[in-house]
Amino acid sequence: MSTRDLFTFSNRHFTIGVGVIAGILVVTGIAGFIVLPFAQPWVQFANVWDAICSAAGVPQRAANVTAPEQAKRLSEVVLTSRTLSRPSQEAIGRGATLAQRCAICHGPTGISRADSPNLAGQYAAVIYKELHDFRSGARTNAVMSPFAVNLTDEEIADLSNYYAYLPRLPAYHPTPQLPKPNIVIYGAPMRGIAPCGACHGSLDNKTGSPWLEGQSEAYLKVQLQAFAAGDRRNDISQQMRNIARAMTPQEIEAAAAYYASQPPDVVKAVD
Amino acid sequence: MLVNRKLILAHFWLAFAVFGVALTLGAWQMFIRSPIGTWLSNPELYYRSLTAHGTVMGYVFPTLVAMGFGYAISESALEQRLVGVRWAWTGFWLIVIGSVMAVIPIALGRASVLYTFYPPLIGNVFYYLGVVLVVVGSWIWVALMSINLRVWRKAHPGAPVPLAMYANVAGSYLWAWTAVGAALELLLQIIPVAAGLKNTIDAGLARIFFSWTLHAIVYFWLMPTYIAYYTIVPRAIGGRVYSDSMARISFILFLVVAMPIGMHHTFADPQVGAGFKFIHSAFTALVALPTLLTVFTICASVEIAARLRGGRGMFGWIRALPWDNPMMLALAFSFVMLGFGGAGGLINMSYQLDASIHNTQWITGHFHLIFGGAIVIMYFAIAYDLWPHLTGRELIDIRLIRTQLWLWFVGMIVTTFPWHWVGILGMPRRMAYFDFGDPAIAPQALSVTFSAIGGFILLTSGIMFIVILARGMRTPKVDAGPYRFAIAVHQSATVPVALNTHALWVALMIVLTITNYGYPILNLALGAGTSVPAVYVGAQ
Repeated sequence: MSTRDLFTFSNRHFTIGVGVIAGILVVTGIAGFIVLPFAQPWVQFANVWDAICSAAGVPQRAANVTAPEQAKRLSEVVLTSRTLSRPSQEAIGRGATLAQRCAICHGPTGISRADSPNLAGQYAAVIYKELHDFRSGARTNAVMSPFAVNLTDEEIADLSNYYAYLPRLPAYHPTPQLPKPNIVIYGAPMRGIAPCGACHGSLDNKTGSPWLEGQSEAYLKVQLQAFAAGDRRNDISQQMRNIARAMTPQEIEAAAAYYASQPPDVVKAVD
Repeated sequence: MLVNRKLILAHFWLAFAVFGVALTLGAWQMFIRSPIGTWLSNPELYYRSLTAHGTVMGYVFPTLVAMGFGYAISESALEQRLVGVRWAWTGFWLIVIGSVMAVIPIALGRASVLYTFYPPLIGNVFYYLGVVLVVVGSWIWVALMSINLRVWRKAHPGAPVPLAMYANVAGSYLWAWTAVGAALELLLQIIPVAAGLKNTIDAGLARIFFSWTLHAIVYFWLMPTYIAYYTIVPRAIGGRVYSDSMARISFILFLVVAMPIGMHHTFADPQVGAGFKFIHSAFTALVALPTLLTVFTICASVEIAARLRGGRGMFGWIRALPWDNPMMLALAFSFVMLGFGGAGGLINMSYQLDASIHNTQWITGHFHLIFGGAIVIMYFAIAYDLWPHLTGRELIDIRLIRTQLWLWFVGMIVTTFPWHWVGILGMPRRMAYFDFGDPAIAPQALSVTFSAIGGFILLTSGIMFIVILARGMRTPKVDAGPYRFAIAVHQSATVPVALNTHALWVALMIVLTITNYGYPILNLALGAGTSVPAVYVGAQ
C-alpha cells in the first residue's frame, strides 16, 4: 500500500476520482466561460477568446473617451495615516504664529464670537482638509478663501496641528443642553440618513468628520442648507449632500440647535 | 482508551465557556435589534458585540470542539496513547492566549470589524494577531492528528484505519488547507496595514482570500457532527453503520469539493469574473452529494437499529426507535435542521436566486440554522456521550438533557424561520437597529419579535447545557468502560488504499483550489490600481 499504488491509472479509485473531477471541471469551464457568456443576447463579444476573458474577469480597457470637464472643482485632499502624525513642538509653534491672522474670526483661543467655527481642539485632519479645499477652490467663502489661497502645504499642516493641540474650551453659546433629537442618535433609516452622531460625535467619530459640540447654531444650519442646495460640494462622494438633501428643515434646526448646546468637553477622547 | 482526559476536558470546557459568553451576546443582539428593545443609542456597541459573537462562535468554539473530539477519537479509535501531548497543550494555550489577545481590543471597541474582517475596515493589530494564534494553535492539532495516524499505521501495516480516525484526519486536513486563505489575507494584507506599515489595501483580493476560508470552514465545523452521525449515533441507539465505504466516500467528497466553492459568497462582487462564479456555483451543488449520501446511510443505519428492536413495516419501524435516548433525539433534530438549512443553502448557491436574498437576514438565518442548529446540537450530543468517559462520572439528568435538546431545537426554529422570512422581505443584515415605526417595515416587526424570543429560548437551553455538564462533574464515580465507536454491518478486513489514505484526495483538493482560485487571485494580486485607502476603526 504505497503511494505508488495509489497514484496510477491502474488504481480504479484514482482513475475515477481524477476523471470525474476533471470532467466536471471541463464541462463547467465550457459552460461558464463560453456557453453562458454567449447566452446573453445583450452582450456582444468579438470572438470566443473575448468571451473567455470577460468571464474570467480580465480588466477591460476603458473606452477611449475623455471624461467631461467638471464644472466645479472637487476636493483633492489625500490623507494618509502619516500626513499629520506626531507634529513637532516647532510645527505647533509655527502654526500658532500663522493662526494670529485667523484670530479675528475664529478667536484668539480658537473660540469664535462671530458664528465662525470654533477650531480649538478640532481634529487636525478636518482643518487640514478644509484649508486645502479653500485653497483649491473646492470650497469657497468670500471671507475665508483669500486667507487660504496663499498658504503652503506646510503652513496648512502646521495650522491644523496647532488648532488640534489647543484645549477644547466652552464656547459662547450658553444655552441649556438639549436632549438628543432622533436625527442625531437614530438618523432616519428609511430615508437613508445615518445618525449625525455616528460620525460627528455624541455616538462616535469617524475619520475626516469634525466634532460639532458647541459650534455656532447659525453656522451649522447654514452649512447644512448649503449642502442641501448643492452650494457647498467639497464632501467626499456627496456624503453630506445626500444626507442634507433628505433632511427636513425641522431636522436641520434640531440637529444644529442640539450640537450648539453641547459643551465641547464631551467630545469622545479617542484620538 | 482515553488517557489524556484532562487535555480533552480542558478543550471542551474552554469551548463551552466561551460558547456561553458568545451565546449571551447573541441573545442580547437579537433583543436590542427587535421591536421589544429600545433603539440602541450607540450602534458601535452592537458591532463590538457582533464581532465578539462571531469571532468566538466562528473561530474559537468549533475549533476547540473539533480539537478535543479529535484527541478523544485518536486515543479511543486507535487505542493508542496520544503522541505529542506537550504539543497538544501548547496548541491549547496558544488558543487561550490568542483568544484573550483578540477579545481585549474587541471589548475596547478597537476592532469592531466583525469576524469576517471586512477590509478596508482595519482594527487593532492585536485582534488579528490573536486570531492568527488561534489558527496556529489549531494547526498543531492538525499535525498531531496526522502524526498519530502515521504512528498507528507503522504499528498496524495494511490494516484499515478506523472510520472515526479516518474522518477526523480528513477534517483536520480540510481545516489546515482552508485556513490558509484567511492566513494569507491576514499576514499579507491586513496585518501590515493594521501595524502601520502600509495604508492601502486590496479589499477585493482580501475578500477572495477570505472566501477561500469562509465556505470550507463550515465543513470543518460540520466534521465532528458527521463523525458523530456515523460513529456514535448507531452505537448509542443499538444499531450498525449501514456502509463503512459510503461513510469514507462522504468524508472524501467533503475534502475534495468543500474547498473550491467559496466564491458563491462573492456573487455580488464585481472583481470576480462571472465564469469563475459559475464554476464555484456548480461545485457548490456537488457538496450536496456527500450530505445526501450521509442522510441515506444514517437513515439506513437507524432503520437497522429499529428493526433490531422489533420495528416492522414500511414506516412502522420509526416508532420502534429509542426516542427517549438523547442521541436519537439529537440526530432527528439535527437532520430536520440540516434539511431546511440545506434547502436554503441550495438557494444561496444559485447565482440567480442568490440575488434576491444576498446580504439579507436570510443569510444570517441560514447559517445559524445549519451551524447553530444542525451542527451545534450534535456538539451537545458528543459532549453528553463523551462526558462519562472523560469524568468517570455518570450524567444522571437524562430528562434535563432531553429538555435541553428540545429547547435548542425549538429555539433555533423559532429564531431562524422568521429570520429567513424577513430576509425574503428584504431586511438587510448587519444592522444595529431598525425603525419598526416606519410603515415600510412595520409588518416585519412581529417576525423579528418571534426571532428575538427564539434567541432567549436558545440562551436558556445553552445555560441548561452548561449546568448539566457541570453537575456531571460532581456525581458519584462510575466506570464507563472503554469508549467505543459504531461498527459497520459488513466490517471488512481490508479497505482499498484510496479509501484508507488521504493523499489522493488532498492532492485533488489542492489542484481544484489552484484551478478555481489561481487566476482570480493572480489577476488581482498582479493588477495595478486595485488597492484602496484603509479605514481605521476609531481613527480620527
